[in-house]
Amino acid sequence: MIIAERKPIKEILSLTDSARRILILGCKGCVTVCSAGGEREVRILGTIIRMGRKKKGEPVEISERTLVRQCDPEYLDQISDSIDQFDAVLSMACGVGVNFLADKYPGTVFLPALNTKFMGGAEAQGIWTERCAGCGDCILGLTGGLCPIARCSKGLFNGPCGGSVNGKCEVSPDIPCVWQLIYDRLKLLNQLDKLDEILPVKDWSVSSHGGPRKIVREDLTI
Amino acid sequence: MSNVFKPETIAFCCRYAVYNFADDLDSLAKSGFPAGVKIEQISCSGRVDVASLLGALETGADGVYVVGCREEKCHNVAGSYRAKKRTDYVKKVLSQLGIEPERVETFVMSRGDEIKFVEMAKEMVEKLKALGPSPLRGK
Amino acid sequence: MKSGSNLERILTSGHFAVTAECGPPKGTLGEIVRRKGELLKFCCDALNVTDNQTAIVRMSSLSGCVLLKDLGIDPVMQMVVRDRNRIAIQSDILGAAALGIRNLLCLSGDHQKFGNHPSAKGVYDVDSIQLIQIVKRMRDEKKFLNGEDISGDVPLFIGAAANPFADPFEFRVRRLAKKIKAGVDFIQTQGIFDVERFSRWMAMVRDQGLDKKVYILAGVIPIKSVGMARYMAKNVAGITVPKEIVTRMEQAKDAKEEGVKIAIEIIEQIKEIEGVHGVHVMAVAWEDIVPRVVKEAGLMPRPLV
Repeated sequence: MIIAERKPIKEILSLTDSARRILILGCKGCVTVCSAGGEREVRILGTIIRMGRKKKGEPVEISERTLVRQCDPEYLDQISDSIDQFDAVLSMACGVGVNFLADKYPGTVFLPALNTKFMGGAEAQGIWTERCAGCGDCILGLTGGLCPIARCSKGLFNGPCGGSVNGKCEVSPDIPCVWQLIYDRLKLLNQLDKLDEILPVKDWSVSSHGGPRKIVREDLTI
Repeated sequence: MSNVFKPETIAFCCRYAVYNFADDLDSLAKSGFPAGVKIEQISCSGRVDVASLLGALETGADGVYVVGCREEKCHNVAGSYRAKKRTDYVKKVLSQLGIEPERVETFVMSRGDEIKFVEMAKEMVEKLKALGPSPLRGK
Repeated sequence: MKSGSNLERILTSGHFAVTAECGPPKGTLGEIVRRKGELLKFCCDALNVTDNQTAIVRMSSLSGCVLLKDLGIDPVMQMVVRDRNRIAIQSDILGAAALGIRNLLCLSGDHQKFGNHPSAKGVYDVDSIQLIQIVKRMRDEKKFLNGEDISGDVPLFIGAAANPFADPFEFRVRRLAKKIKAGVDFIQTQGIFDVERFSRWMAMVRDQGLDKKVYILAGVIPIKSVGMARYMAKNVAGITVPKEIVTRMEQAKDAKEEGVKIAIEIIEQIKEIEGVHGVHVMAVAWEDIVPRVVKEAGLMPRPLV
């Protein structure tokens, strides 16, 4: 799922500085699961902004609302009749939600409350890590299910670089060397010979490098 | 009229920790419990949430603290441990808002230890007196 | 002859090769490269010019190589995949060949986070092994990656790095085999201080017959000071410095002298290991010491082939 985290408070206060009436809009999707932009976080952010303004002696009116998802125009319809009364809408969805809002309501100021970080999941409560780079052409069948593009700092395709020591990436001791993990995994699965094959160069044109992507399913379109 | 600042404080207390004295406020006061501290009893210190802590300060409290049972004694296992994590988080938020992080604290005590309870309250109030009124007061 | 470079000729004629390294300046003074070239010209068979090493911006390896070539030196161009995509890579290879550079070392590159522009986007369009394949195809088939023809020759002696001290240990020889499969001609290893471990790696290499398929030059880094020994032991991923060496540096009356002694000892031990075809001296910011190290290790004069 998409993992995001709230922007620093100073930045949010600065972004919303000139808005008198703000709608804080949460999302019950991914950002609720990673505790960044769900109902609870909307409430907390509302309090924080009011406190920040109170300290400066400046007024603010905050409305709070959480939608099922912001990445679906159907749910965004729900705010159409109230949206004009706000100077700014502070979206606590991931970047996708903010974009969809902006597409739908061109006359409204939308501000992101979060920094959208990566596609990943919870390794343990309160700890999320990146797992997928959305490269568009999945090779996980060749690497024991572990992604070298998302999890190798250099996105190497043919084994670890010389900086892999004690199973850790040279970039940080907090980053496991995924090629070490792939090696261990393939050894366990008796597939080490996969590592002897030279993986050919990647076609990056199907990744975000090729331009913004789109999928159309003719069997599903109306 | 005295100009001495009298802090207004809210204390979220595990009801099991304060079970034998917190309902009798007159008696507590006689034991030296400082004026201006409002006790809110909760089922476990681990129940306190970030929104309530911040909310207390938003509505004008000069300080807020949480009282829980000692870690090894919490019958919900990790109540006061969780409470501390949340007050640490609130401290960070306060720092980012330019408000003194010392205005929020967590304390632990043995159940029923009225003397300790009063001591902690006094400690908090003294600290708040030194900090002065909350920058959010009366605005 | 794949490239006709001096390095290739030395190795194919069975001599124990010596290569060294020179770091270009963080500026435009070609004189600095020329001075290092003059210093090292007669004590090595070929001279590497590093490529934005440690992700710190310096004069490019390609231009450094051209400056050395003008002095009659056989340069080894280094190319990291961190900073260029396949278009720029192939383009630079064509340029290098046109400018008479005949050796190319294919590397991953230290992560950009280590350098002086840590916010830079790391390219990594292709990895170092795919780069070897690309160069080999350009040279042997005269074709670009996409299959189109190249006009003219690309006579390059293809090198790569190997690190006997990185993990997973058992995989390091497999990775070497992969580079050989991709088409590498020579290897320069990371600096060796733990000769015993290097020896074990070489035994595994010989077991697989890889020493017969690629020329291996063992890396040697002369240590200048105790601080340097400690720093490398602690901070440089992929270098193992045994405690005894750090201790020797700590206890030495003259650190530099001890550093030279250690380097020479290591070279002498390495010369005895079967399957090692040469030594690659990396005297970072201490290029002046290389002629002395090469001489006292008994490797002078360099053969003329």
